[in-house]
Amino acid sequence: MRNPSDLRLSNAGSPCQVSGRRLAVKALCALPVSLLLASHMAWAAPATSEVNTTGLAVTDDTVTVGILHSVTGTMAISETGSVQAEKLAIDQINAMGGVLGRKIEYIQEDGASDWPTFAEKSKKLLVNDKTAAVFGCWTSASRKAVLPVFEQYNGMLYYPTFYEGLEQSPNVIYTGQEATQQIIAGIDWVVKEKGAKTFYLLGSDYIWPRTSNKIARKHIEKLGLTVVGEEYYPLGHTQFNSVINKIKLKKPDVIYAIVVGGSNVAFYKQLNAAGIKLTSEKPLLLTISVTEDEILGIGGENIEGAYAAMKYFQSLDNPNNAAFVQAFKDKWGKDIVIGDVTQAAYLGPWLWKAAVEKAGSFDIDKVRAASPGIELTTAPEGYVKIHENHHLWSKTRVGLAQKDGQYKVVFESADLIEPNPFPVGYQ
Amino acid sequence: MFDEYTMSELTSILAMQGFAGLILFSVLVLMALGLAIIFGQMGVINMAHGEFMILGAYVTYLTAKLFETYLPSLFDGYFFVAMGLAFLASFALGVLVEWCMIRFLFKRPLDTLLATWGLSLILQQLYRTIFGAREVGVTLPDWMMGSYPLSETIEVPINGIFVMVLTLFISLCVYLLMFRSRWGKQVRAVVLNRPMAGAVGINTEKIDRYTFGIGCGVAGVAGSAFTMIGSTGPTSGQLYIVDTFLVVVFGGAQSLLGTIASAFTISQSQSTLEFFLSGSMAKVITLLLVVGILMLRPQGLFALKIRH
Repeated sequence: MRNPSDLRLSNAGSPCQVSGRRLAVKALCALPVSLLLASHMAWAAPATSEVNTTGLAVTDDTVTVGILHSVTGTMAISETGSVQAEKLAIDQINAMGGVLGRKIEYIQEDGASDWPTFAEKSKKLLVNDKTAAVFGCWTSASRKAVLPVFEQYNGMLYYPTFYEGLEQSPNVIYTGQEATQQIIAGIDWVVKEKGAKTFYLLGSDYIWPRTSNKIARKHIEKLGLTVVGEEYYPLGHTQFNSVINKIKLKKPDVIYAIVVGGSNVAFYKQLNAAGIKLTSEKPLLLTISVTEDEILGIGGENIEGAYAAMKYFQSLDNPNNAAFVQAFKDKWGKDIVIGDVTQAAYLGPWLWKAAVEKAGSFDIDKVRAASPGIELTTAPEGYVKIHENHHLWSKTRVGLAQKDGQYKVVFESADLIEPNPFPVGYQ
Repeated sequence: MFDEYTMSELTSILAMQGFAGLILFSVLVLMALGLAIIFGQMGVINMAHGEFMILGAYVTYLTAKLFETYLPSLFDGYFFVAMGLAFLASFALGVLVEWCMIRFLFKRPLDTLLATWGLSLILQQLYRTIFGAREVGVTLPDWMMGSYPLSETIEVPINGIFVMVLTLFISLCVYLLMFRSRWGKQVRAVVLNRPMAGAVGINTEKIDRYTFGIGCGVAGVAGSAFTMIGSTGPTSGQLYIVDTFLVVVFGGAQSLLGTIASAFTISQSQSTLEFFLSGSMAKVITLLLVVGILMLRPQGLFALKIRH
């Protein structure tokens, strides 16, 4: 446990300058809260019967939430970062006095990269544990598996991954970008700044890359430009020499790659080995699937010069992000890297806290009603706001991959981009 | 689809595509050799084959780290040391596994399937605990990256050539070991008739142990080589296991030559189809082809005739 006084939170209100978190929480319960947190909480902790009318796991001084990710199996590689981010956010919130005067406790369940297990565990978190919110899932498949459970038992899920869209549930807050937010700004940038005319679309063969490439193709064709090839490879495919030869033959301006998982590593290593230098101007490579997390496996020297379009990069230069990166490294080790999804997972507990405080209640229905319009000025990515459709308004950035495994931000959309999970004309 | 290209462009693409097929062929042979030894010669279905490969990959990763820290001047050559260590580590683990698990299951091939599958899960979780859930990046010396230009338009990836040479070398070693050494003769004797081999004084237990160990060791070398082209993570081994079994079963389980022939057939059809169709379609058609041939020839391409 580290000392919370060096968290350097830039959140509204005064960060608690206390030497031990547990001590702080006890003090908060014992003393009139208004004295300590006068600036941003005008009330003493309200009675449990008022803030919890539906029998959630809320006591006079604690509230229980769930964390549901895969820490074993194939997906552990991706979901580990999300778990770490959510725990960090919960720790920080607790250090500030918790939510409605209650310390957050979490129950962590392992989805084990298996979709029925996700459904079962989510039922346990909602029915047995009565958790007030669940932060979890990564793949669309796992989200689709838990969705009926959350809708049946009226739970609230904070889902962190950028995904294909085409979904809007009253029981989910989507803290990552949906496809149009990520894709359109990126393609517009590469067309405008790099004068790209021809594109080669490439992806792993499942719903997210296919839907995303569909949107990309529609947008490219709307701009009057050409798609010279579109290809999908099975998940886990490790031999890309043939498609690399095809790319050499077609000579596209841009390789638009949505390859995921272990295939990613194979693809970039072989691209580099085949003499396609991403650092040269043509072909450019634009991806929406490689975060700093993936570069760890790929190796910076293999992907140097590629561009990625997403909403967050670890290298973002703003005070919120500096504090976040510092806190993350202090808690999880100095060599750790933070990718887009990890940051989105970090937003979950904060957005939930804001919604609960706005609603003055932990009741799911009241939190849902309070959620649209919730703003977060302290997000590492900058300012975000929850849209009516439960997705976030957010900016899209383009990063240039560096040899050291980080991205250099080369473009940032001027305004927040409206989430549009059901894009008309793109399906 | 080729209208807009000049003849020389087409020639060079065809040449590079030919190389792509040969590289895939080498990769498949390297993957499958270890399993062919274990499955073919011992009849053990080793579902943990992929995890033995990843052990080799992690050993390579550790060796790279070690050289980076302590012997940066020799970094260019670390890969050869790493492959040697990968063989030793996988060989040792293989011998250990045979001693405490496989030898009790010889008469029960389906149980070895379950037991080794369990072993693969244990190893995966062990890697995850030791090295973390994230993939690790193995740094390669500079000379192994990039491509070698054969002509102005034809470029061949250096790591591909490396894998080809390595495959040739390992295949030659396995051939000498199995068909030109006293030990290989004993292995083949045990395969053909276990009780009789025992009766003439061959220590069958010892033969089994080392056969399993060498199969695992070859898998470790393959895993070490694949850090050049693929990922190194706790579950990366799973990426290879299906293709590996495909090659061995298609080739005829007991024939090493069959394994090579089958790897050649699969790699050539796969890479040709990939060039003209999309990746997923190519895979589907290749698999259909294999299923079709296995229906007509259930014993695989090459089969040893054994008197039972």
